[in-house]
Amino acid sequence: MIARLLATLVLLLACVGPALAVNPDERLADPVLEARARTLGKTLRCLVCQNQSIDDSNADLAHDLRVLVRERLVAGDTDAQVLAYLQARYGNYVLLKPPVDPATWVLWFGPPAVLLIGVGVLVLRRRAVPAAPAPLTPEERARLDLLMAGTDE
Amino acid sequence: MPPESNSGLGRRLLFVLPIVAFIALAGVFALGLGHDPTALKSAMIDKPAPDFALAPVAADRPGLARADLGGKPMLVNFFASWCAPCRAEHATLAGLAASGVPLYGIAYKDKPEAAQRFLGDLGDPYQRIGLDLDGRTAIDFGVYGVPETYILDRDGRIRYRYAGALTDQVLKTEILPRLDALGRP
Repeated sequence: MIARLLATLVLLLACVGPALAVNPDERLADPVLEARARTLGKTLRCLVCQNQSIDDSNADLAHDLRVLVRERLVAGDTDAQVLAYLQARYGNYVLLKPPVDPATWVLWFGPPAVLLIGVGVLVLRRRAVPAAPAPLTPEERARLDLLMAGTDE
Repeated sequence: MPPESNSGLGRRLLFVLPIVAFIALAGVFALGLGHDPTALKSAMIDKPAPDFALAPVAADRPGLARADLGGKPMLVNFFASWCAPCRAEHATLAGLAASGVPLYGIAYKDKPEAAQRFLGDLGDPYQRIGLDLDGRTAIDFGVYGVPETYILDRDGRIRYRYAGALTDQVLKTEILPRLDALGRP
């Protein structure tokens, strides 16, 4: 009984897909174009919700942008052209994955740089052999001899 | 020669570095405190206003097209009758228009009747109004929510965007100084 319930549950869970806001009436008849629109939609930020892609968002503007993306694709734009079209209007912020340019170098290369510095420090510390003690000055030598002589007695 | 002085400089640096890093980080955070993360910088700054030709909200009024913009510093305001902050900023806009600033309106995704009623109730400060039914002109301007107000220079280039309801304070600190700098008559 329990096994059967579990199996049902697993089967039901298998049917659950990610919830998308893409409405049936927005979809393109051409499955290839629609697939490209989906891929693009996941990489574009909804400017209203700001942390959702336009595919995930129910905002009005996200709907307009989904329709716009599909219109550009039908008109024959490449994926890069669609992204450039939106970037020209909304800036890099519309892209969920920020492009590598001087403004984002710190973002992209900062963490690896810090890691490298850390590894470098560790390696240097490991390598640093304790320096050999400096030879005794004549005064120190004389004082040591005196002390040594003193302990003998 | 005392033994510490060998690595004294490196050792001191090791103590100073975290303090310097902390101060730098605290500075970044302090700057971030006064910054609204949801306010977006417009990507259209210093670009020419996009091309558009919009129908009027009422038959007896002129519509608004790209050709109407430019020639003098002016404001373009995106509004909608269904938008509460637009209602709130309307008195400020009326005052601004009364002081002689050229103000053009774009009704964002509004029904003509609703826009007419809105303007009939609150007054009409706009020299011309275009009806952006499908919101495409707004997207071309980079609008992400109404109300938004754009400052255009005499060449029809976008010089500044304010997102949100205008207040007299915003006019004084953000809008009017920029219009003056652009050579407002």
